[in-house]
Amino acid sequence: MNTFYFIAFLSIFFSILVITAKNPVHSILYLVLTFFTFTIHYILLNAQFLAIVNFIVYMGAILVLFLYTLMLINLNKDSEPVKSNLVKIAAVIGGGCLLVTVVASLKALGVSDPVILKDPGLGLVKNLGKVLFNEFLLPFEISSLLLLSAMVGAVLLATKEPKSV
Amino acid sequence: MESLTNTIKEVPLNHYILLCSIIFSIGVMGVLLRRNAIVIFMSVELMLNSVNLLLTAFSVYRGDASGQVFVFFIMALAAAEVAVGLAIIVMIYRNTNSIDINVLNRLKW
Repeated sequence: MNTFYFIAFLSIFFSILVITAKNPVHSILYLVLTFFTFTIHYILLNAQFLAIVNFIVYMGAILVLFLYTLMLINLNKDSEPVKSNLVKIAAVIGGGCLLVTVVASLKALGVSDPVILKDPGLGLVKNLGKVLFNEFLLPFEISSLLLLSAMVGAVLLATKEPKSV
Repeated sequence: MESLTNTIKEVPLNHYILLCSIIFSIGVMGVLLRRNAIVIFMSVELMLNSVNLLLTAFSVYRGDASGQVFVFFIMALAAAEVAVGLAIIVMIYRNTNSIDINVLNRLKW
């Protein structure tokens, strides 16, 4: 039980560091740590497939892509012009208001049953694969189409257009 | 594995919702606070991930595997979104020599 609260504290701490770090590279490294704590959360929930996918796809692929883009973009003059204090305070108040609203509606809902793992094999690859390839076969194939079109779109967007056209 | 999953036996569902809403609000604050387009994009990723965690918690709570399949689809979608978004950011940088989003206020119409 205590493990959950410790990891939850770590994820909140690192995600605050993500948005407050001055240097964008540090921001990305803190985001990696945040996603690592999310992986631990998935393991605690016995969702082993999602833990592995989160580890490989998010931490391995997506964040490395972020890091490469940041290094392609030359930010050596630690350039980011800061927003005025008024805007910062307004942003924090706005986010806080959202949080208060959600938490207050949670109080009104009043669910506090513990999360019990009824079926210990729920998040294993075997079980999820059966569900994925029986009920969700068509969405799975369509998502492959989506990935292909996203790849084509990204290549089209990022290539330089020839000057002579 | 058994002892690990036993540790969350007494955690109420409320606390998962609380954790995820806190992280979601931190992501919203990040979008509002920063002016660097990449950091804003990272805050969006943070929001997406908090929702993923909540979906998984609900899926375990209800004993239904569809929630976790949904999270898998969201992750595939996020990969596509990141590829296109970063391509757009690179293109913006090439055209304006900066990734400050305030430069983009000429996109009004």
